[in-house]
Amino acid sequence: MRSNITQYDLIAPNSLDAVLQILADSPDHYTPIAGGTELMVALGAGRLQSKKLISLWNLEELRFIEVTPDAIVIGAGTTFTDIRKHPVIASEFSILAQAASWTGSIANQNRGTLGGNIVNASPAADTPPALLAYDAEITLVSTRGARTLPYRDFHLAYKETALEPEELLHSITILRNYEGYKTYIRKVGTRNAQAISKVAIAVVTRMNKGRIEDIRIGAASVREYPARLTVTEQSLIGKAITPESIAAARSIIFAEVRPIDDIRSTAKYRATVAANLLEEFLLSLS
Amino acid sequence: MTTIQFTINGEKETVEAPPMKRLLDVLREDLHLTGAKEGCGEGECGACAVLINGDLVNSCLVPILQAEGTEITTIEGLVTEGKLHPIQQCFLEEGGAQCGICTPGMILATHHLLEKHPQPTPLQIQEGLSGNLCRCTGYMRIFNAVQQAALAGVAE
Amino acid sequence: MAGTPPIVGQSPLRKEGKAKVLGQAEYVDDITLPGMWFGATVRSTIPRGRITSINFDPSIPWQEFTIVSAADIPGENTIVHLTKDHPCLAVTHVNHAEEPILLLAHPNRALLPAAVAAVHITYEELPSIYTIEDSEKKEQIIWGEGENANTFKTYLMQKNQVPIPEEVWEKADYIVEGEYRTGAQEQLYIENNGVIAEYDPETGVTVRGSMQCPFYLVHALELVFNLPAEKCRVIQTETGGAFGGKEDFPSVIGSHAALLAMKSGHPVKLCYDRAEDMAATTKRHPSRTRHRTAVSKDGKLLAGEIDFAIDGGAYATLSPVVLSRGTIHAPGPYLWPYITVRAKAMATNIPPHGAFRGFGAPQSIFALERHMDKIAKAVGLTPEELRRRNFLSTGDRTATGQLLSDPVDMQHLLTRAVEESGYHAKRKQFDRENPISTIKRGIGFATFFHGSGFTGSGERRLNSLVEIELTVEGLPRILVSSTEFGQGTNTILCQVAAQTLRLPYDQILIAQPDTGHVPNSGPTVASRTAMIVGKLVERAAQSLCATLVTSGDLPHDYTPEDFRRAAQLYLARHGALKSEARYESPEGIFWDDETYSGEAYPAYAWAVYVAEVAVDTSTYSATVTNFHTVQEVGKVLHPILAAGQIEGGVAQGIGYALYEKCLWNNGHLANNQMTNYIMPTSADIPPIHVTFEEVPSPHGAYGAKGIGELPMDGPAPAILNAIEHATGVSFNEIPLLPEDIFERMTRVPNTGTESLDPAIAGPIFSEASA
Repeated sequence: MRSNITQYDLIAPNSLDAVLQILADSPDHYTPIAGGTELMVALGAGRLQSKKLISLWNLEELRFIEVTPDAIVIGAGTTFTDIRKHPVIASEFSILAQAASWTGSIANQNRGTLGGNIVNASPAADTPPALLAYDAEITLVSTRGARTLPYRDFHLAYKETALEPEELLHSITILRNYEGYKTYIRKVGTRNAQAISKVAIAVVTRMNKGRIEDIRIGAASVREYPARLTVTEQSLIGKAITPESIAAARSIIFAEVRPIDDIRSTAKYRATVAANLLEEFLLSLS
Repeated sequence: MTTIQFTINGEKETVEAPPMKRLLDVLREDLHLTGAKEGCGEGECGACAVLINGDLVNSCLVPILQAEGTEITTIEGLVTEGKLHPIQQCFLEEGGAQCGICTPGMILATHHLLEKHPQPTPLQIQEGLSGNLCRCTGYMRIFNAVQQAALAGVAE
Repeated sequence: MAGTPPIVGQSPLRKEGKAKVLGQAEYVDDITLPGMWFGATVRSTIPRGRITSINFDPSIPWQEFTIVSAADIPGENTIVHLTKDHPCLAVTHVNHAEEPILLLAHPNRALLPAAVAAVHITYEELPSIYTIEDSEKKEQIIWGEGENANTFKTYLMQKNQVPIPEEVWEKADYIVEGEYRTGAQEQLYIENNGVIAEYDPETGVTVRGSMQCPFYLVHALELVFNLPAEKCRVIQTETGGAFGGKEDFPSVIGSHAALLAMKSGHPVKLCYDRAEDMAATTKRHPSRTRHRTAVSKDGKLLAGEIDFAIDGGAYATLSPVVLSRGTIHAPGPYLWPYITVRAKAMATNIPPHGAFRGFGAPQSIFALERHMDKIAKAVGLTPEELRRRNFLSTGDRTATGQLLSDPVDMQHLLTRAVEESGYHAKRKQFDRENPISTIKRGIGFATFFHGSGFTGSGERRLNSLVEIELTVEGLPRILVSSTEFGQGTNTILCQVAAQTLRLPYDQILIAQPDTGHVPNSGPTVASRTAMIVGKLVERAAQSLCATLVTSGDLPHDYTPEDFRRAAQLYLARHGALKSEARYESPEGIFWDDETYSGEAYPAYAWAVYVAEVAVDTSTYSATVTNFHTVQEVGKVLHPILAAGQIEGGVAQGIGYALYEKCLWNNGHLANNQMTNYIMPTSADIPPIHVTFEEVPSPHGAYGAKGIGELPMDGPAPAILNAIEHATGVSFNEIPLLPEDIFERMTRVPNTGTESLDPAIAGPIFSEASA
């Protein structure tokens, strides 16, 4: 424990409105903390810069999963375990359930939240590729009200998001549109469990008469933030699955991802494996 | 400093602590419950695992303020009336503990697993315990202990 | 006495197991002493240089802290192992990143990290080196001088002290060469290093903590404090894993805490967190082995030249001994008409490497068993057939000239391993299925041995002593300095005593290793505890029994109640009873350090390990899917504990081969966290099958030989042999990560047998014309 915890303050208002009010009013900025699986690591390592924190843990306005005929709305305070357990997510949004299942360990899934996973904005985060592939929308709230934007527009640069200082991520909405779609997600980590992603892709696609009619590809650890691979997507629209179309898609995804060398893996490996994963998916369609 | 109240191993407890103090440190320093261990401080090894409201969590990642009003179970809370919990007995008999430092967390993870999956498949056991690192056993005897404990559960 | 079932060979409950499953076992960080302060270490941030200034930032209330520097050391500023090159605290120069310079103590643990950060040290940096190759160049001399520049130790081991005649090479049908490398490996015990020290001007130093060898720390304290051994008391607390990582290192942390206790006037707890432990403490020595082997066309080894080099880091520590074991194991379980091993331990500006289970043998055995598969391929034999034509057997002489008088049957072990693993059928099945699958599967094996006990005259020098005393209740209590850290010391020694004394296991006690109370039974290392110390426990128990029988109170055919009664009568009459047994060097064990020949070890365990792997060609990841072990170990004292040792060692071996990479950045360990240093989880380990055979050794308790380190030697070469089978590509360096497999497989797209590419591996084989 490399921090002096007497120097830190944590407050836990018992309503979302109270939290938002504090965020709006407070001149010294409060950092929201939900399950703590990210910020408490930084605290332990002596790296937690913000000394004032405000707890979002278990706020019922944020921890919910609401199912309507058209959509599913997941509160930002929902844990990975909540997500895994939900029958509609398991049956209609299976790649999101899968992504939640390989995030950290069971103990960390009981505390880690979807909102934290998104807002922490690690390029290696596990749920964003699925959320991007499902074309999720996110809702941000503040004392000034709520605004919604496509999740694909949320990440702006490395660890930089569209979230304003007094805003919180409220919820993630996914339309229940995916009947008849083929989906795929695969994460390549440093080991089989409790691993940070070296590369991961999530794909959602609709076929028509053997051709790709609609396709969305989300990827982790290939850019400075979770990425939609739109160039690759566009190149595949209207294509049938043939050795030529697969080879072309491989080259395009290889060029579109721009991964780096880091402590976990190399750029070349990541790019090649991304292409291999896409090929594996395309072959499964034929 | 804040006052935090929670139930621990069935007993009500009140603690005065800085709100960001880790639950792990409150257990070990304030309550002298040293069964939970710090192996990594980053939620990777599971040696600090406890149950909060029945959920397995890594106590090195929980700020004490967030434990307000919860029911916490530590390894010390598993024994009832001086008798070993069946899981503890199975770990003892099957050689599931070698150096013992991962054992409290591993036993609680097992308890959590068997509550959810009383008859776990090998894959479920693997997943249920994959957040608890053991450097000594190679996991084989731990799996045996879990399977024996599952059988013992059926007998009850 | 008829009716008592033998306890040796059974699996009674672990002696301290109940406390462990209850969470009541007391590890050092669980302990608080009255008035205890906390310590921290100020370390070098550069790998090599001269310290030019030390400044204390005025923002910290330094008057509240105790600050220790080398100037405070009452005795010698040295951590002694074999060489006095290792400063306890740096004075003018540092030779590795994280080298300890100052120590701080304060009553409030939370204030220490900021205080450490507030000590500003400037350096004049000097050029540093990090590889064996750079060390060999001797452009930068970072240790020693002249012939010994950068070289901690060298050995030359030649069978019969005879160099290989030139005509052996000239007449050989094949000459096969290869180079093999292994990386550093972190022991990663789940409990970090930690101690609590106390100092009293009258009684001296007391240190309690996580460790393997209490008397090593006593010796270190004697030097640092200039105190006699009686004033240096060391107590081992429950230890959460060690694997060699707490063999020599406690001498460092123990001395540091004791200095802080001395200067502060308070007990001081010094416990590392994971990041510090990984960055600053010892790891397994990296190695480079070069083989050159003359082979006949029917696959007989004719001669071997082995160059074995290890990286010792910045100070010698135990490198000479690691080098020794690696050297002696380098030729493996084979009969060599001629063999020359040239070995050296080199210095680099990396934190000093130290003991880790296997202690040099995993390194040299990795190279040998990879090389044997290469030889097989060159000569056109199967890996199995090549081994069979060269195994040592009973009556043969090893590379050091040791006569194998105890029965050895590697042929049989290999047969059994091949049968139990389904090796042949699987090999055929994988050959059939691989061409049409993206998952390439393979099966491979390693055949090897591991010497039990200290090398050569080491046990004679240790001169171990074991005592058994009677408690006031009349129960026997074993007194040894041999420590429990999960491997089962407490349990097996109590079993041995129980069986010898014909008492129930539950009536045997074993004392916590406290050097104020127990004799020096030697360090808990080198797979010696079951064999050497166990034997001494057996003899001490016999002696205890004999004393009571001689006293007249104990009939020859006694019950446990009779024993208790006799014991209490004896105590009433004499006050106390303590029996002892001291090591006696067995007949016919001679070792010559000069010529490096003779009986290297009193006994060897023999083994064949078979690994099955799956290599996913879309992610280039190799995983071990099944693992079979067959080993002959003398006597299995406790089946569950013994199997646990094999399984745990195999898991560490899998990590060594495929997952655990130390990433160095200018001499700093960049991945000093569990998130980034990848140890296998339960989801990564395959089923591990354990088969024991027993050929009792005359030297060990009830025939036992050592097994603690054996399982570390086999997995890595077996796994890489399997990967070569799966992919057709020959990998010769570990850890082998997916990125490495990716690089090589995509460089050689047709995945031919890569080892035949001369550009990569050097001249492989030459067929001499007939």
